Amino acid sequence: MKNFHVSTTINGDDAEFICTPDETLLDVLRNRLGLTGAKEGCGTGDCGACSVTLNGRLVCSCLVLGAEAEGAEIETIEGMADGDDLHPLQRVFIDKAALQCGVCTPGILVAARSLLEKNPEPTDEEIRYWLAGNLCRCTGYDKIIKAVQIAAAEMRSV
Amino acid sequence: MALDTSNKREFKVVGTRVQRPDGIDKVTGKAMYGADVTAPGMLIGRILRSPHAHARIVSLDTSAAEALKGVKAVVTTADLSTPEDDYFADIRDNCLAREKVLYDGHAVAAVAATNKHVAKEALKLIKVEYEILSHVTDVDEAMKADAPIVQEGRADESVHEGWSQNVTSHFEFGHGDLEAGFAKADKIVERTFKTAATHQGYIEPHACLASLGTDGRGELWCCTQGQFLVRTKCAEILGIEASQLRVTASEIGGGFGGKTTVFIEPVALALSRKAGRPVKLVMSREEVFRASGPTVSSSIDVKIGMTKDGRITAGQAKLRYQGGAFPNGTVEFGSQAAFAAYDLEAVQTLGWNVMTNRPKEISYRAPGAPMAIYAVESVVDELCQELSLDPLETRLKNAARKGTLSSYGPTFNDIGLVATLEAAKTHPHYSAPLGKNQGRGLSCGFWFNFGGNTCVSLNLNSDGTVGVVEGNPDIGGSRASISMMAAEELGIPYEKVRTVITDTNSLGYNDVTDGSRVTFAVGLATIEAARAAIKIMCSRVAKIWGIDEEAVVWEDGCAKPSGPNAGEFPPMTIAEIAAIADNTGGPIAGHHEVNADGAGVSFGVHIVDTEVDPETGATKILRYTVFQDAGKAVHPDYVEGQMQGGAVQGIGWALNEEYIYGEDGRLQNPGFLDYRIPVASDLPPIDTVILEIPNPGHPYGVRGVGETSIVPPLAAISNAVSRATGVRMTELPMSPPKLLKAMSER
Repeated sequence: MKNFHVSTTINGDDAEFICTPDETLLDVLRNRLGLTGAKEGCGTGDCGACSVTLNGRLVCSCLVLGAEAEGAEIETIEGMADGDDLHPLQRVFIDKAALQCGVCTPGILVAARSLLEKNPEPTDEEIRYWLAGNLCRCTGYDKIIKAVQIAAAEMRSV
Repeated sequence: MALDTSNKREFKVVGTRVQRPDGIDKVTGKAMYGADVTAPGMLIGRILRSPHAHARIVSLDTSAAEALKGVKAVVTTADLSTPEDDYFADIRDNCLAREKVLYDGHAVAAVAATNKHVAKEALKLIKVEYEILSHVTDVDEAMKADAPIVQEGRADESVHEGWSQNVTSHFEFGHGDLEAGFAKADKIVERTFKTAATHQGYIEPHACLASLGTDGRGELWCCTQGQFLVRTKCAEILGIEASQLRVTASEIGGGFGGKTTVFIEPVALALSRKAGRPVKLVMSREEVFRASGPTVSSSIDVKIGMTKDGRITAGQAKLRYQGGAFPNGTVEFGSQAAFAAYDLEAVQTLGWNVMTNRPKEISYRAPGAPMAIYAVESVVDELCQELSLDPLETRLKNAARKGTLSSYGPTFNDIGLVATLEAAKTHPHYSAPLGKNQGRGLSCGFWFNFGGNTCVSLNLNSDGTVGVVEGNPDIGGSRASISMMAAEELGIPYEKVRTVITDTNSLGYNDVTDGSRVTFAVGLATIEAARAAIKIMCSRVAKIWGIDEEAVVWEDGCAKPSGPNAGEFPPMTIAEIAAIADNTGGPIAGHHEVNADGAGVSFGVHIVDTEVDPETGATKILRYTVFQDAGKAVHPDYVEGQMQGGAVQGIGWALNEEYIYGEDGRLQNPGFLDYRIPVASDLPPIDTVILEIPNPGHPYGVRGVGETSIVPPLAAISNAVSRATGVRMTELPMSPPKLLKAMSER
């Protein structure tokens, strides 16, 4: 199996890696680049814990091959805060206890940011459908939906 | 340790909604879970699993795999030790099969290789010859005399002669004259229920990184609800000494009881010992479903008699639980919990634990209770329908209260059931109007709660801040609540305390994070540790002031003279005391070790509105309210979170989730696509009402809150569906095809 040499941009920085043809972007992020914020909950695109954006599009990184990252712009949870300045979603998730075990949280935050970029004023139902691909087993989603609404309102008022 | 009633306590920190200490790490991706660490020279482990439900291992040849370039170790059961105790031997045999494979997915062998591609190739080179045996996966089938026998000779002394060898234990609880009770009833309803096995569904698969030398010294990093229990089990299975194996719990991505045992950890340690290098082993989601520990499936008969005015005269339940291929004890909890919400003159529960060719069951949030209470609460609801009684009034009329002889033996102390029912009755949800195809259901829920072995150390730092060291993995915000209780007792701000969860070498033994015990028991030990530190601080100050220790009191984070007779001294703050500790006797710390009892049982009531689509049989949850007694809610956000999370797991159990086995005994839905847990768009907001009926067994009145919330949804939703459709469902999950069929036969 011949390996690929891939040049890409991750969270605004240049990144290079070697990967096998069958290696997923999630494996590359976690095992080759040390970015373990994206989690593997299923490996089949059902749980959303590995959510990242690829050229602005929300994807499950377990369903993307590492080789597909060539020339792309990837955003992960590690790039969500600006230095020590948390993204409003991150801050409100802590304030409003929208996480328990926290393992789904990176994926949910990446997905929620992606929603608010497209739709700054979503209804509860729109949030619930947008996040339907992100499984959370701890919270029952209630506090997550409320936190996204509060962060959205805060972001609109800036 | 009793509730502090000396003066009505005004809490300053407890009851507020502070930020959790692990919040930033968890929203930025920095938190380290089981699979997030690496070690120098690390190998990747993989496990070969049985494709058969039941088979004898005729031969097992690993030589070709061992010869593959890049393979550094292959292990089988021969590489494990021989524990004397059956309990540990069963766990060993579940980790790697011995002689027989007992279920689809049962581990047979494992490899460690330089990367996952080589490891995968190596698995294909392991040759296993199986002699396929007949299998059984249904509990009622497994109890028949001619059923395939999963394991021989495993019944304990409670099992009657002539029963199937798959029955491993039997329980009986109750009191009063059943016959006389049923004779007094105006109406008797008797029904049989079946509930499917469900999985805890934690999003983080089991993962560990193991390093074990040939000298028996080891390090293990893993996601677990209890590092001490992992140490005990691994030491037994590997034949090493507990002192030589240090286990560190990672951040844990959900557990719900499912991470209270070991599946892969001993295997990774055995691989590491053989390879002489660290080994990382992570389960795939498919492996989690096939070969970790789901909950039991059940078959239950319930018979209840009631008078016309709604008094229950007698109740009987017969519970049959299958817990997979090894003996388990879960039906005992179900038998004890079934009628716990009721004050009954005559009650009896009978329980049978049964083996089948399924994975070895492990706890799932209030293990054994949801299905038992589902069956009882369904029959109570049906009686209310038959006798045109209000289901809430009827429960109030029969509710257990202080002084009630419980159905499982003890007499209840202060309990919150009546208060919880009253809160539900007056809540606007209970009287809100309903539309077409809609129905409202309710159910009580109960869990025992647990205390258990607990150690806490509390260290005063030289700047007056405090470090708390405890040994229970934080699964839903407990580090915050432990810090809060330390701050409360010491009279200092929450921000001055940091709580860490330590490894097995740094603290005495702690039971696992289970039984809703952490906020109760670790909280209790933390308060006692703080009191011990306060005593030392007061004695140091007494020396400085030259007065008796008894003449120094602790208030608002300061030592003060107890009154005018003690002398006039300005208060000394904790920071001032800490700064000069060197000169007053050295470092200051408090610690406490306890096997805590007095956990205080927990009751809850759920109300749910459902709408059933007459075309498809799909049930939509329209509105949901949880009422639960928390004793004292230390951090209300995370109490609400437990109430909401448990309710939604119960909703999944009621409507979607089930282990589906084919005729071949293989699991047909080992993934989140086909084993469908609730997603955000399935649900409405989950409203919560916290009741606070103080637990007499805790200084602040705290009760565990984690488990009760999964109990009521099963019956509450079934009762709502019954009222929406006129159909009484007796099987869970109430998936659309099943409900549609029942509606068409109406």
